[in-house]
Amino acid sequence: VAIERICIVGAGAIGSLYAGHLAQVARVSVLTRRPEHAAALGRGLRISGKSELMADVSATHDPDELGDADLVIVACKAVDLPGTAERLRGRFERAAVMTVQNGLGAEEVVRREGDWPLISAVTFMSGTRRGDDHVEYELDTATWLGPYAETRTPYELVREVEALLLAGGLRAEAMPDLRPSQWSKLIFNAAVNGVSALTDLPHVSAFADEEQDSDLGHLVRALIDEGKAVAAAAGIELHDDPWEMNVRAVARGETLKGDYAHVPSMLEDVRSRRPTEVDWISGALAREGERLGVPAPLNTAVWRLVMGKERSWKRTPQAVPA
Amino acid sequence: VRVCIVGCGAIGSLFAAHLAQVDGVEVWAYDLARDHVDAINERGLRISGAGDLLGHPRATTVPGELPVCELGIVATKSLHTADAMAAVAPALADAAVCSVQNGVGNEELIAEAVPRVRRATTFPAGHLVEPGHVEQDTGGKTWIGPFEPKPARMDEVEWLAAALSDGGMETIAMPDARGAQWTKLVFNAATNPVGALTGLPHGWACEREDIRELVRGLVAEGRAVAGSLGIEFDSDPDELVDHATKVAHDHKASMLQDVEARRTTEVDFLNGGISRFGREQGIPTPLNDALWALVKGLERSWTRQEAA
Repeated sequence: VAIERICIVGAGAIGSLYAGHLAQVARVSVLTRRPEHAAALGRGLRISGKSELMADVSATHDPDELGDADLVIVACKAVDLPGTAERLRGRFERAAVMTVQNGLGAEEVVRREGDWPLISAVTFMSGTRRGDDHVEYELDTATWLGPYAETRTPYELVREVEALLLAGGLRAEAMPDLRPSQWSKLIFNAAVNGVSALTDLPHVSAFADEEQDSDLGHLVRALIDEGKAVAAAAGIELHDDPWEMNVRAVARGETLKGDYAHVPSMLEDVRSRRPTEVDWISGALAREGERLGVPAPLNTAVWRLVMGKERSWKRTPQAVPA
Repeated sequence: VRVCIVGCGAIGSLFAAHLAQVDGVEVWAYDLARDHVDAINERGLRISGAGDLLGHPRATTVPGELPVCELGIVATKSLHTADAMAAVAPALADAAVCSVQNGVGNEELIAEAVPRVRRATTFPAGHLVEPGHVEQDTGGKTWIGPFEPKPARMDEVEWLAAALSDGGMETIAMPDARGAQWTKLVFNAATNPVGALTGLPHGWACEREDIRELVRGLVAEGRAVAGSLGIEFDSDPDELVDHATKVAHDHKASMLQDVEARRTTEVDFLNGGISRFGREQGIPTPLNDALWALVKGLERSWTRQEAA
């Protein structure tokens, strides 16, 4: 079955990057939350940065107005996934659905709403929204995708999606079993996003420093080691070593003058005082550890501290010195 | 007897003003805040709140103006200990010197500059209202004992405890004062960085069961290190945590106040101290190590320039 119609659910930075690129090779519709966002996209979507393109997409905030699709990419944040997946119930009878959320558990949430064949994906690309109809494409790194085992998704279908992403100008790599990659990213994100959210530091070279006793590299490594132990207990052989990913990312991400470094999404969320994905990332890892009898006390500590930080935004700002 | 107060902020001022009440004690205060020093010399040092008195110590910003003193009390922020001691070392060349600072590690720094050292733990707290005037927020006892590697004589410890008590600050001399110091250390190391990293006041943090569990884990590591050193707490840090949740629910830990003002914190002397002693004793302290690194990382973020 050739994929001709694609529906992108959620038009944040990641959803918009998929929509803009895939519109070059397929008919793309976008489901937004806000009507004015849909209206802006209907007039054209601009991608700048690593790609320069204008895309024709149809967009709506009302799921009833969506036509049928061959592929649905659910690209909202993990924290918005349960509410978003509910809007898909009873639709897209012939479609495959791909999840790209950070952390673990997105496939299970989507599966509660319909029996579509699911494709698991993780993406390393990143961008910044410049407006409702303009996204800057910053890191042109790959999307990894694979069949979700529980729904018996044919691998040929995954290969077809990979081919479409590549044809649209994105990087992509299909793999028969995604879990080794998914877990590599999970462990990497749990360490890097959590430390970044708590220190207000972007992903700078300090994340790999292990010279002084109090250097952050020791903590990042210890968080990663915990994650690797949980993965091993789950029977997963990691695709990439998360510590090597960390070292490579700081070498690539920070310029020599140190004036640019990637701001992980969890730090963006903290700076904007939005709910973070920590429960899906550090929390998921800690819960898996608990379930498998491999404790992850440091990932648990990061999870608790970020949840505490989110709590602090909700309290009325009245401090009484004792 | 001449006593030099090194660092005359809120805590140093409490000690200076109370000691200045005692006959036969001449108090000198060394501090870098010129307006506070001038106010003390012109109008005296006023304490209000839990204590209420006016003392007349001599104050100076110039170490060379200090006369030779028999006793010293160091009350700077921990990160200024080394610099301050280098400055006052000539005046305290033959003195017995006592740290009343937070955490562990200050006595070692003081011992590099002077011959005889005492450790102390103090619970009174206050804040500077205006130059020359400190409001005392809480009362409470102070414990003093010799610092074992370079100990002050017990008669020096007892003399200072008696003088402070005479001046109105209840102080207890002990041959081994490590219990009080480590009780406060473990309490502070378990609660201060949690407040600093989350932005939550003490009670808001510790009434959440998930955070309380983290705090319990931090206390347990401190307890193990203290145990390996043969130190017995004089009260249980976990009980202090729960007590503070009731009586100091909305209190922002001093480390959170430092973070909000972007001042370097005392984490090196709190979690860093537990971590260092733990390493020496072969006791792992992963949670204290983690929070030490996170707070140091947060401090680092303030000096980092980001491109717009």
